[in-house]
Parts: sequence; structure tokens; C-alpha cells
Amino acid sequence: MKTDSILEKILASGQLAVTSECGPPRGALPDKVREKAQLLKGYVDAVNVTDNQTAMVRMSSLAACILIKQMGITPLLQMVTRDRNRLAMQSDIIGAYSHGIDTMLCLSGDHPSFGDHPMAANVHDIDSVQFVEMVTTMRDQGKFQGGEKIDGPPKMFVGAAANPFADPFELRVSRLAKKVKAGADFIQTQCIYNIDKFEKWMEGVRERGLHEKVYIMAGITPMKSVGMAKYMKNKVPGMDVPDDVIKRLAGVPKEKQAEEGIKMCVEDIQRLKEVKGVSGFHIMAIEWEQKVPEIMERAGLLPRPQF
Amino acid sequence: MENFEPVIVAYCCHYCAYTAADMAGSKRLSYPPNVKIIRVPCSGKVDMIHILKALEKGADGVYVAGCLEGDCHFNTGNVRASKRVAYIKKMLDEIGIGGERVEMFSMSAGMGERFAQTASEFTEKIRKLGPNPARAAA
Amino acid sequence: MITAEQKPMKELVECVRPFQRILLAGCNECVTVCAAGGRKEVGILASALKLQFQAEGKPIEITEITLERQCDPEYVEELVAQIDKVDAVLSMACGCGVQEVARRYTDKPVFPAVNTKFMGASERQGVWAERCQGCGDCVLGLTGGVCPVARCSKQILNGPCGGSTNGKCEVSSDTDCAWQLIWDRLKALGKLDQYEENIPAKDWRSGRGGGPRKIVREDLAS
Repeated sequence: MKTDSILEKILASGQLAVTSECGPPRGALPDKVREKAQLLKGYVDAVNVTDNQTAMVRMSSLAACILIKQMGITPLLQMVTRDRNRLAMQSDIIGAYSHGIDTMLCLSGDHPSFGDHPMAANVHDIDSVQFVEMVTTMRDQGKFQGGEKIDGPPKMFVGAAANPFADPFELRVSRLAKKVKAGADFIQTQCIYNIDKFEKWMEGVRERGLHEKVYIMAGITPMKSVGMAKYMKNKVPGMDVPDDVIKRLAGVPKEKQAEEGIKMCVEDIQRLKEVKGVSGFHIMAIEWEQKVPEIMERAGLLPRPQF
Repeated sequence: MENFEPVIVAYCCHYCAYTAADMAGSKRLSYPPNVKIIRVPCSGKVDMIHILKALEKGADGVYVAGCLEGDCHFNTGNVRASKRVAYIKKMLDEIGIGGERVEMFSMSAGMGERFAQTASEFTEKIRKLGPNPARAAA
Repeated sequence: MITAEQKPMKELVECVRPFQRILLAGCNECVTVCAAGGRKEVGILASALKLQFQAEGKPIEITEITLERQCDPEYVEELVAQIDKVDAVLSMACGCGVQEVARRYTDKPVFPAVNTKFMGASERQGVWAERCQGCGDCVLGLTGGVCPVARCSKQILNGPCGGSTNGKCEVSSDTDCAWQLIWDRLKALGKLDQYEENIPAKDWRSGRGGGPRKIVREDLAS
């Protein structure tokens, strides 16, 4: 074991790991964090806490992680390269680890032009691949990115994202290989709706044996309505929502679309369980955390393993 | 103001508007004597500075008359001219002279009536607008 | 070249307003090529400003001049003949030229007439696009001749990010995804294996990270 991360323990045991997500509030409202996290407690292995998601100012991921940790839930610290340079990132990583946060996800983050501070300077001192390398170097070599020794290195279990659906498709396996080379321990993928395409990507992943070097957690987001599906298809960059998904949701009455969305999501999980190289799921129920227990139950992912 | 006789400068392409002006003359169509025609080898020859200088020297309105779309003797001179006129209009709006004092028209060599009508209408428009503020104050 | 765009007329009018005699100075280099501050633009701007102040009933004097280069002291020296006859200088050069004029003529107010934008190339007639950010440590040899620092919205050195769609950047469908271009180019060169070489974190000291930069060529410096 490289770390004390519960996620690492579950993944290493060969059982399917499950993470979910909690977006911190846009204000100093700690109870909001607790409410959301409470809905997930006991149902998932760790809870991703987003870092100024969609480039909107929110409570810091680190602060919300600490709140969640205090509830006895395992937080997964998300961090983006957009808002911090390598000094700030490393100090937050040490700070997080000092609070017992031992699992994190390294991202580049949405561009500021999508958020509520499009006038902000975007930092991008390092990119997500370099970010992964920085954190694994901190852990394994006990060295800061600048080369100096760390007194008490943070032992982070390091994740990265992969989007099998962005263009150009043909380089997406290679891009994953770059993150693996940088030392990523696990991958959380973009939301999967086009399972055929995902399977094709996984084929390429297996051909290179990458699934044996990194745990791949399939990203899942249940659709609440046909409106949401259309929005995801047309407005969210790098999202692949096939027409069949929209057709199926549109085919049921409006009040039944949410249930249909849950049903589809459970079916997707069942199908993805059969894909060789999928080590777990990352269920992002956006502002719909209360549905996670039901999804977990129906997908046969309960009870969660204990360590 | 009642006696205001606007000075209009018309940059006319040799291949169309200038010939159209001739045509208007030979057909005995009348158009206002306010319009001072300057013959150019192509409307594309008219640069922004020519339009601005005309205004600076006291013209109340300026227009460029070039060939119909697709008929430019030099292929795209008229397209260029209309883009420049659009640029100048915007600039004049910004400085409070008013972009409506500058216009682009297109016509063929045979359109004597259109030439006379354009000259009359533009002169009337400028007459209504009053003197070029830069001239009026000077 | 260094690209620039003329400032809005309203802003220019206001900065000239307190003065009676203006020296409007263009530059024959980059700003001429990108049609922002060459001889032609000097003429147009001078005329427009004169029109404005004539209309206000208080005409101003504008002396037009276009220097070979405003970023070189030798050429800026040429303003000596005019400088005492004017109240202020409005420079149509890039920020480098404006500063050189200000440095040389210490008691004369100097204003920029253009916004200096970026180092770019001409994509087609009338269109310029950013190509270089002067990071001081060129990586073009690794990236197939397409710069990820200047042309990727997130300056990702190991791209593309997950937002690349149909060859375009997620930030704007008018912008090519730099990493799509890099991938295509490496492919055409038969160098796709180079893609998987992770490019290490950049040392920004060679860029702005190290503070204002200077080049000293001992063999040339006097």
C-alpha cells in the first residue's frame, strides 16, 4: 500500500469501489456541506469535494473536506490548476494531509470564461499531468516540486480524470498513458452515456495494459429529465450524450423522467460492471445526492466493504 | 438654416456611377448641383482618408458610388469600398459627427435614373441633417 | 509581429482634450503591418480628431509623423525637431514605442493611441491571431511547431484537455484546439511516439515569472 487511503484499500482488494460527489455551497454555510454529505454517509467509499466547479466561487474544497471528515466520511479532495500556482497547491496538499485527507483528484479545471469570474487571471502554472507527477513525487520521493526535501511528506492516493469522449478520440488512450506515466493511482472518467464508445476506449486501454497500472472508475451521472440530457449534450464541453438517451427520456411522461433516468443509470452500471478493467464507479448525482443510496441499492453495490 | 445648401462629395467609379451620371445628363434628368463628383478608377480606390478629408474640408455629406455586387471591374473593389464606408460610419458615430453623413451606393453604368435619384435623396437627407458640425463651428 | 488595435475614439478624444497642439506619431514596423498605427492610420486618426474638435468649435493642431521604429532610440531622436512645438504626444506605436518616447522626452506627456495585444501572425487579410507569449524557453520543437503556451486556453503542455471538440477549443468555437493541431502535425510527421513523452512543468523564470527580462549581447553591447 502506498497510502492509508480507504479507496486504495478497497481498490487493491479487487472489490468495486464507489465514490460520489458533493459540490460545496456558494457561501459560508457549513451545514449545507454536512446535509449533502449526510445523504451519502455509509453508501459510498469516499466523497469527492469539487474545487470551484464550473469556475464559480464556492467554499474551498479543503475546508469542505475537513467538515466532511469530521462527520466520519472519507473526503476526496479535488484540486484544479486554474486557481493556484504550484506553491499554493503544495501547501494546500500538505495542509489537507495534516487534516487526515489522504485521497485527491488532480484536475486542470474549467476555464474561467465559463464561470462567474471570467475577468480573473487563470493561473495554469502546471497542467494536470504535471500536477499528478508533482503529488506522486511529494509522496514517493518526499520532495517538493522545486526539489527541496519535505519534512513529513503527504501520502496522497492520487487520482486524475479522463474523458474518453473528447476529441480527438484516437489520442485518448495515449493521454491516459501520460497520466499513468506521471504516477496516477486511479482515474475517474467523464460521465458515461455512450457505453459503446467507452468500451472501445477501454479496449485500447486494455491493449496497452493500462488497466493493470491504474484503477479506472467509471463516471456516472443520472439524468433528471430530458431537459438536462439536452443541456448536457449541447452545452457541456466534452460530453457525449447519444440521441438514444434523449429519445428514451423523451418517451416517458415528464413526471416519470426522473425515475427513467435512475433506471437508465442502474442499467449502465450493470453493463459497465462487465467491462474488464473497470474497478469502480464515480457517481456524480448533481444536486440529487439523495438518490445515491437508491442507485447503489438497485445496482447491487451495497453494502460497502469495511476496512 | 433655411438657406442651407449642403455640399456633397460623391466619389464615383469610372465604370459605373460616373458613366451613370453622364447618362443622367444625356437623358436630361436633373439632380442637385450640390453633388460634386470626383471620378475614381474604382470605388475600391477610395480610402478612408479621402472620405475624412472631404468632411474635414467642409463637405456635409460624402458618398461612394460603385458597381453592383459582382460587377466590379477589378473584382472586389466595391466590396472593399463598402467595408471602408462601414468602418468610417462607425468612427463618425463615435466622434459625434454622425455616420449617416457617409454612404455607399451601387449602380451600373446604365442606371442614369438611379444616379439622379440617389443624388437627390442623399442631398435631401443631408439637408435635413443640417451642416456638418465640423464645418458649422469653423 | 506585435499586434495592436486602435483605442476607442471616445477614449482618445478625452486624452487629447486638454491639449492644443498634438504630435501624432506612428510607427513603420509591426503596427503598420497590422494596420493599427502606421502612416495611413496616423492620417485617419488625425483627420478624425480634427473633425471632432472642429465640431466642438475649438480646433486643434495635429502634427503627423511616422517613425521608422519607435522602439529604437535612434529613430525616436527624430522627434526632437517637433517636440517643443507640441503640448503632448499621442503615439500609435505598440507599448514599447510609447515607453521609448516617454523615456526620451521626459517633460512631455505621452499617450498610447492603441492597445497592444499580442505577438501573432496574419491568418488571412485583416485577421491576426496569437502565436507566441515569449515564455523565453521555446517548446515548439517538442510540439510539432504549434505553441501550447500561447494557443491552448489553459496553456496545457500535456494536452488536450477534456473540452476539445471537433478540433475546437471549449472556450471558443472560433479557436482551434492547439493540441488537436499538435496531434495532427505530429501524426503527419510520423512522430506520434513523441506525444507520450511527458513535458515537465515549465520554469517560468525565463518568462515573466522572473521579473522584467533583458537580453545582453556582450559582443554587441557598448
